[in-house]
Amino acid sequence: MTEYNILICGVGGQGTVLASKIIAAAAMECGYTVHSAETIGMAQRGGPVTSHVRIGDEAYSPLIAKGGADIILAFEPGEGIRDLPYLKDGGMMLVSEKSVMPVTEALMPSGYVGGEAVKYLSGLRNVHIARTAAVEERFGSMKFLNITMLGALSASGALPIDREVLLSVMKRSVPEKFLKVNTEAFELGETLYSE
Amino acid sequence: MSKKYLMGNAALAHGALKAGVALAAGYPGTPSSEIIETISKNRTKGTYVEWSVNEKAAMEVAAAASYSGARALVTMKQMGLNVASDPLMCMAYVGAKGGMVVVSADDPGPISSQTEQDTRRFASFARIPVFDPSSPEELYEMVQDAFDYSEKYKTPVILRPTTRVCHAYAAVECEEPATPIRGEGFVKDSSKWVIFPRLSYANHAMIEDRNVHMAEDFSSYRFNCTYGDCTDTKKAVIASGVSVAYAREYLKDHPGVRLIKIGTPFPFPERFVLESLEGVEEVLCYEELSPFIEDSLLALIGKHGLKIRVRGKYDCTVPHAGENSAESAARIIGAFAGFSESGRADNTADAPRPPVRPPVLCAGCPHRASFYAVKRAMKGKKSYFCGDIGCYTLGNAMPLDMVDTCLCMGAGITMAQGFNHMDPEAKCFAFAGDSTFFASGITGVVNAVYNGADMTVIILDNSTTAMTGHQPHPGTGFNLMSGPVDAVSIPRVLEAIGLTKVMTVDPLDLNASVAAVKECADLPGVKAIIFKSPCIAITKPSGKMKINDKCIGCKKCIREIGCPAISVHEGNVVIDEGLCTGCGLCAQICPVKSIEEVRR
Repeated sequence: MTEYNILICGVGGQGTVLASKIIAAAAMECGYTVHSAETIGMAQRGGPVTSHVRIGDEAYSPLIAKGGADIILAFEPGEGIRDLPYLKDGGMMLVSEKSVMPVTEALMPSGYVGGEAVKYLSGLRNVHIARTAAVEERFGSMKFLNITMLGALSASGALPIDREVLLSVMKRSVPEKFLKVNTEAFELGETLYSE
Repeated sequence: MSKKYLMGNAALAHGALKAGVALAAGYPGTPSSEIIETISKNRTKGTYVEWSVNEKAAMEVAAAASYSGARALVTMKQMGLNVASDPLMCMAYVGAKGGMVVVSADDPGPISSQTEQDTRRFASFARIPVFDPSSPEELYEMVQDAFDYSEKYKTPVILRPTTRVCHAYAAVECEEPATPIRGEGFVKDSSKWVIFPRLSYANHAMIEDRNVHMAEDFSSYRFNCTYGDCTDTKKAVIASGVSVAYAREYLKDHPGVRLIKIGTPFPFPERFVLESLEGVEEVLCYEELSPFIEDSLLALIGKHGLKIRVRGKYDCTVPHAGENSAESAARIIGAFAGFSESGRADNTADAPRPPVRPPVLCAGCPHRASFYAVKRAMKGKKSYFCGDIGCYTLGNAMPLDMVDTCLCMGAGITMAQGFNHMDPEAKCFAFAGDSTFFASGITGVVNAVYNGADMTVIILDNSTTAMTGHQPHPGTGFNLMSGPVDAVSIPRVLEAIGLTKVMTVDPLDLNASVAAVKECADLPGVKAIIFKSPCIAITKPSGKMKINDKCIGCKKCIREIGCPAISVHEGNVVIDEGLCTGCGLCAQICPVKSIEEVRR
């Protein structure tokens, strides 16, 4: 493996940054050279956010080129479509089925509910839809979606990082009082992928 | 020594600590804000750090440290250097004693700035050196080099990372902070430290002579280097900053073209560039913002009568505006090098369009209530609403539509006066945040009183510098060194300036706010309302609002204030519990009192 690129996308507030930090730290623990970049600044709560994680000695630039992502981890179907041009031929997208409506929806109705996006994505052969409605059923909110998606990604086997390494870095990265529920979220993610 | 996974700005901060920085000062501004924060968290005894009131103050505080022989760091974004340009231009003539590094972070894109200005131009304008890092790892080392060069040549030095370098993360080998270098203390010598025309004349000649030596010195500097083992090539790409990373990655898979990296754009390392161009007939200047390297290269080629064709921004090979990217490197360098880039087929042509998610004021943001109160009070009256720099620039969005102008830090207060002089019949308002007021608003208020303007100053006081990540300021009552300090009182400052009326109102009390605006607007002279309510990102929500069955579905709450927590779900107006902070503005608007508070 000379280079491996992971793009994480979603909506501000979904916890993409923590997911990217965990993947980067786990990759470093596996001995890889890692670079990453986050959306920072005006993109506040509710805006599209993207994290780029690049593994490899010759990955100099902080950003993944279009057509260069081995994995896209999409926390929201519309955002998955927005960043689809980044997916490499033969790469894999893992996308959460639960949509997040734009915060301006009431004011400027777009009619977006995510159904069309999920339908489109499920027609692509390298896209895996994670049935994340289970997250809300299990935890009462979508708060632990990021760690659930991480578990699903781990179960996919697409990541060049051992499950145990990823899990232990995750446990170090979340607040003590949420350790148990995040571990459950990770495990839920694993079952969601195998479904 | 330990390996730390750091953001570029943090790498810069750790590098400065390793270099023994004794004083660090700055004003927040994306993408530079994390530098001071990281120094503050990791400093050792003997390093002084402050958020200054603005960039000019930071530069002057640091200048005195440098005059004393101490190592000093100043940080800001590129717009901040405009504010600090007065002391910088003068200090360029006077010179430095302790190492003085001025960090001015550029923002190609622009991603979160008003301009796409190029700090390298400021360096050549001031005739002082500039370092241009291409990665976080390099930032860690370059800031240390910058201190050394500053002391070697007795001049302030600019370090200009760009957003993609500031906000990139990398594993950096970090050494422990060095003992801060505080120097021997200030040694009085008025022939040296007091700027006069005679001194400036003498030093001007010295500086130009020095820059020739420095260019020669830089020609051996390790971050001016070439990549690609291609001695017989006739083509070269010359690049700086993050563009080097894009070009390097493209050329790694497409060898045959030499890549020349410029780590010090000014003074231009002429000997290094001449040697690197040996045998080259055509050069592509691949850089962001202005054609700075291109200009320097054209001058060099003319000076030496070389026959080399220069491609870049002047022949429209590289765009003038916006940032470079891996895609632009492939397209532009590919075409230059003669590789046929088929380009990727668009694989999303038939995909449904992703939703538009524009930035909006947060649910519960007190600025929404302040704007709405002024809007309601001024309904039907001819009014001008001058905005400013901060989260509250978003007051321009529908349905509030309350920002008619936004120019630069502090401009709203003075522009409102200009509108008043041109159109005395209209009511003129200026909106300024608390941090902006301290940074560059106060002099504008003095100007208004002195020149007899008729206007209302609205201070949106949320007790923090919100947009750049909640830094403290003079009104917050704490600083980076000693914790709690006396807060500077905005109303007392305004009263001392001599305003007709100064009122402090809670913007979440709609009736009181509307009444205050009406009262002030009707009075002559300069008036001020301080809308005081903390930023929701730094306070616990007071409660939640919910809609009861009295709702008639008129959607007035949505139409009037556009709060992101209120939406229509299956035909019913609902409030998103996860977003609502219980500010209660919507409840004060509802015509049938159908919105009530749920106490936690």
